[in-house]
Amino acid sequence: MRWSKQALPALIAAGLVGLSAAAQAPPPSSGSPARFVVVLDAAHGGDDAGGHLANNQLEKTFTLALSVRLRSLLGARGIQVVTTRESDATIEPERRAEIANHARAEACLSLHASESGSGVHLFTSSLAPAQPVRFNAWKTAQAAWVTRSLALAGVLNSALLHTGMSVTLGRTSLPAINSMTCPAVAVEIAPERSADRQTTAGLDDAEYQARVAVALAAALVEWRADAWRAEAHQP
Amino acid sequence: MIPRYQKILFAILLAASLLMSMALWQLRERAHQRLIAGQDSAPTRAPEVALAEQATLLVANDSDGSLMAQLHSLPLPADPGSRARAVLGKLLDLYAAPGAAHSVPGGASSVAQVFLLPAPEIGASQAQSSDAQLAVVNLTGSFAASHPSGIETETLTVLSICNTLFANLPSVTQVRFLVDGQPRATLAGHADLTRAYLAAEAVPADKTRP
Repeated sequence: MRWSKQALPALIAAGLVGLSAAAQAPPPSSGSPARFVVVLDAAHGGDDAGGHLANNQLEKTFTLALSVRLRSLLGARGIQVVTTRESDATIEPERRAEIANHARAEACLSLHASESGSGVHLFTSSLAPAQPVRFNAWKTAQAAWVTRSLALAGVLNSALLHTGMSVTLGRTSLPAINSMTCPAVAVEIAPERSADRQTTAGLDDAEYQARVAVALAAALVEWRADAWRAEAHQP
Repeated sequence: MIPRYQKILFAILLAASLLMSMALWQLRERAHQRLIAGQDSAPTRAPEVALAEQATLLVANDSDGSLMAQLHSLPLPADPGSRARAVLGKLLDLYAAPGAAHSVPGGASSVAQVFLLPAPEIGASQAQSSDAQLAVVNLTGSFAASHPSGIETETLTVLSICNTLFANLPSVTQVRFLVDGQPRATLAGHADLTRAYLAAEAVPADKTRP
């Protein structure tokens, strides 16, 4: 969807909440070879079960399992991980964004699952890119990071395509993502389907889950390398 | 032996009863005539039949996450609010049909009302004409409850509704959603229903993705 001409919505006026100046430093990365943090947000949890998947599986259970698996993979690759939940707990979208913002992460992934569509869906915020300012409106804080979020989505897309998965890229308005002050992408895993819409790998397929997790981990390693390269080229 | 005065009284009462019965019968007949005259159901005007017109529907496809413009011919009322409801009803009928590329149960009855109001200002940087309108789409609770959960499927539904309104009602510049007349955070756990969707964000009426 084309959002490039979008102005900041009128919600700015309603949702103005000053974020702390430290957490809202301009997007250019604070990353360094010594510090590279990834936030994994397992969507839903607790009272919010999310979608109902095949074989009576709940979205909140799937996302937590994926978050745990991905955390292990990233930890093994030397990447520091902050998670928004480690158990079946109810976490409000605002709290998820707070956790991500305090982590000052180089990448934030919000993990989702759905029986609709096919393959992996990568969504970035539909907010129009904006110049970083010292204080951001809470509901549109992601606007200053949208450009980097799109770049992160591109890296994730490449890694997933490299493993032969179908990927759909899109923009959407998710409250948790819109308030994050980091490159943020919502990753929605759907069953893999053939051209005639037959399911070739369901969400309960362990091999499919592992393939997605490994591809996401590989993408984040690549994203870290890009960040380090960019930093090395700076005077 | 009955006294004479009792005979006279009986005759008078009998006569009065007969007279009252006749008066009552007359009154009943008159009331009946008035009722028939008031309930004259003969049509005085021919019913208005809306002519079929071309409407552009932005139809979602789950398999590739796209919105595709399709032209459909359907009767469209002259009233803009009814017109908007008719167009959205056709869109949701397509989604409720068996084998739909974006399957959502409910159909046309899922749109309870569409209200058209003067559009509020959206920011100093964006000028809008004085006749710009805000469309408030009131969906039924059963539609939201039965909508499949997921970022892609919910986003496609919301964007296809918004872009269909923008394509068919040029004066509509903003769209907001209610469910059963009340604000609601998300459609089915993901897509944000608290914000206004702007025509400035809309996609061109060809193939695109959310």
